[in-house]
Amino acid sequence: MAATIECGADTNTSENNMSFKKALSVASSLTLQIVAECPVTKARVCDLILPHCAVNTPVFMPVGTQGTLKGITVDQLEALGCQICLGNTYHLGMRPGPDLIEKASGLHGFMNWKRNLLTDSGGFQMVSLVELSEVTEEGVKFKSPYDGKEILLSPEKSISIQNSLGSDIMMQLDDVVSSTVTGPRVEEAMHRSIRWLDRCIAANKNPHKQNLFAIIQGGLNSELRKACLAEMTKREVPGFAIGGLSGGEEKDDFWRMVTLSTDHLPREKPRYLMGVGYAVDLVVCVALGCDMFDCVFPTRTARFGSALVPWGSLQVKQKQYAKDFQPIDPDCQCPTCKRHSRAYLHALFKSDTAAMHHITIHNIAYQLNLMRSVRQSIVEGRFPEFIQTFMKRMFPSRDQYPSWAVDALASVNVTLE
Amino acid sequence: MAGSRMQLELSRVVQCTSRLGVLKGLGRTGQRSLEVPGCLLYTHFGTVPHLTQDTLHTMSNLPSVTQVTLSNIAEHQEVLEEFKDGFRKFAGLHDTVLYCSLHDPAMLCPTGYTTNKTVSVWGSGGRMELTVAKFMALQKSVQPDWYQSMADGETWQNSTSRKRVRKSVDRTLAHLDECLLVHQKSQELDGVEVFGVVEGGDILEERVRSARETAKRPVAGFCLDGLQTGSMDQSLRTQLIAAVNKELPEDKPRLLQGVGRPDEVLACIEAGVDLFESFFPFQVTERGCALCFSFDISPDPERAVLELGEEKDTAGDTKQNGDLNHDDQTQMTSFEINLKDRRYQDDFRPLVEGCGCYCCQNHQRAYLHHLLVTNELLAGVLLMIHNTSHYHGFFAALREALAEDKLDLLKRRVLRDGARQTERKEQDG
Repeated sequence: MAATIECGADTNTSENNMSFKKALSVASSLTLQIVAECPVTKARVCDLILPHCAVNTPVFMPVGTQGTLKGITVDQLEALGCQICLGNTYHLGMRPGPDLIEKASGLHGFMNWKRNLLTDSGGFQMVSLVELSEVTEEGVKFKSPYDGKEILLSPEKSISIQNSLGSDIMMQLDDVVSSTVTGPRVEEAMHRSIRWLDRCIAANKNPHKQNLFAIIQGGLNSELRKACLAEMTKREVPGFAIGGLSGGEEKDDFWRMVTLSTDHLPREKPRYLMGVGYAVDLVVCVALGCDMFDCVFPTRTARFGSALVPWGSLQVKQKQYAKDFQPIDPDCQCPTCKRHSRAYLHALFKSDTAAMHHITIHNIAYQLNLMRSVRQSIVEGRFPEFIQTFMKRMFPSRDQYPSWAVDALASVNVTLE
Repeated sequence: MAGSRMQLELSRVVQCTSRLGVLKGLGRTGQRSLEVPGCLLYTHFGTVPHLTQDTLHTMSNLPSVTQVTLSNIAEHQEVLEEFKDGFRKFAGLHDTVLYCSLHDPAMLCPTGYTTNKTVSVWGSGGRMELTVAKFMALQKSVQPDWYQSMADGETWQNSTSRKRVRKSVDRTLAHLDECLLVHQKSQELDGVEVFGVVEGGDILEERVRSARETAKRPVAGFCLDGLQTGSMDQSLRTQLIAAVNKELPEDKPRLLQGVGRPDEVLACIEAGVDLFESFFPFQVTERGCALCFSFDISPDPERAVLELGEEKDTAGDTKQNGDLNHDDQTQMTSFEINLKDRRYQDDFRPLVEGCGCYCCQNHQRAYLHHLLVTNELLAGVLLMIHNTSHYHGFFAALREALAEDKLDLLKRRVLRDGARQTERKEQDG
């Protein structure tokens, strides 16, 4: 197993150090150490030991779609404390292609990122981005937007690309169905995803360096979800993702499926909730037992001048900030807030693209800081109190709390004040 | 108004025209300095294009003087007036000398909007007309360490009539006198330096007249306007600059506006220019290119033999192949490589071998190619870092060459590389 480097991880107790060393001797490219568990909710704090370095969970993973986090250098990302980020198999598979990236020593070498990478399978893009030709048992056939040619993305092909990319965590190719779809298609997709999981496992050339995660499907149907969970947890995979949510579904259905999934996933393996990134969603879903999250929202919204703050968001480009000489968040320690005012950034948006970069850096800092605070509160046994404070800060009054969040938290013994 | 603190200390004058020295007494405390020949740090509203503090500070040896332009700033006058503490503080620019110019050298303005009493600048919301009063009000809110006075430089088009050129000289002098009057009465501008602007289009007599008259005013230095890249042949530019400089006091700096290409910079230094604006690396970045011309003249026995042989072949050939002097400012030059070209798809070398910049130390041409092809924002960041670094390295080499009397050698190196590059392109074309 490749030597692991502690990269900014919390200092472990000597007990944890012992099991850390023990873990190193076992042939595996992923180890989960549970550092603390919340006695009230289903939240946990873990150290996820991956080939490139340790990752402290709960963790938010910024998305660097095309082998770059838009406008941010890898040094800046490292300085913010990011331990793992995402690359996109679909995009990188198209341009520059797996062969070139392999020549460049994998995606790590190509983008010069020394910490961990997670790649998704390309499945979601098939649905969200392109004209879908056909889903068959073989794989997903679709038209390339660049040259109109038909391409088949099969489980084998997806894994092959991800093997070339060399990511620390790879995702299975799943049969992705929009969360608003109902009927037999959902069941078909769920069963196919299981079969494709097996094909992905078989196709993985690097099980000792790359960790293949399964993705639980089943739409918003409890029975289908449970069936999927029962089957997939029989497979020897290092981790599980909860998929098929974070689309356009009702939040009331969303949280029920999340908590159902974590109820039936093994304790000692990481749980990755895909596509979730709004602050409230993150806090609630940590309480429901999830460890890992990803979302394009924080970085995408930054480029439109939207800065994330503990009380919501701040649209820097709005006129009201033209003469506002405070930083975005006076309590924030990120490079942007330490040096620049809302007024300067407001004006800069009219002159240079660097304005976007400033907000991107702030938003990533916000997300990572949020997760760090959540983690700290769980370790110190005060996560329920943290949730109360968090909600009070985020919403002007109790009656503005989203009802789904109230219900979800109540289900894990947190009654919002 | 306090006496001018800005002082040019020349250490060498080579062949009667090229000057080497230090511009001292800069900034509020008069403690900062800038080596000449040198360039200012080009910014958009105080930000080096694409860069935040972290990425900017991967570079050491950046110029101590930051340039901002009224074309970026004018529309924010109200905000600055409310802020009260000046642009430097507003922009979070600690510890830099601030120079304020009228126009952005990377952008050619539309012509036909200048009047006897006004000039126009173009911001994000469109055209803004400036009288001297408004111009000076802006300077008071910006509180730079030095600025150029308001000027009419609309003479760069080929079709400019003699009459129009004469008007630009007259107006610019009138504006200067008015600016100085307001300046002397303004407490906010105490200790701030003013540069006069020399106009005159492509007419020798007007250039001389403008220089002579401007030199009579109590200014700290001189901007040379209306000579920007694309406005005239380098040979004419050289001729005009030489004539202008003869009329200007030796101990005051000369800042040439709108010229940034390495070959033009070299020629203009030989004509006696001290300062340039560093917008060229930005233009190179915007077209997805990387500066790669060599300015290394360190002694290398092996190379010396090669060069001796090559010299014979290129003797007498001083004109740049394929580089027309009337090129559009956005055209690629022979000093750069176009990273969008497919040949770089699997080129795993750094942009320039041996370059110490963050981009070359961490990334490869293939990665830059990918970023450009996929329209990723990081391309601009990395290219700006490299191009800025390379360009300032060039200026450092220039000063060293002047100090060691090796300017001719440097010229041959820079220009020969340029010629070879063009040849290569023609072969592949």
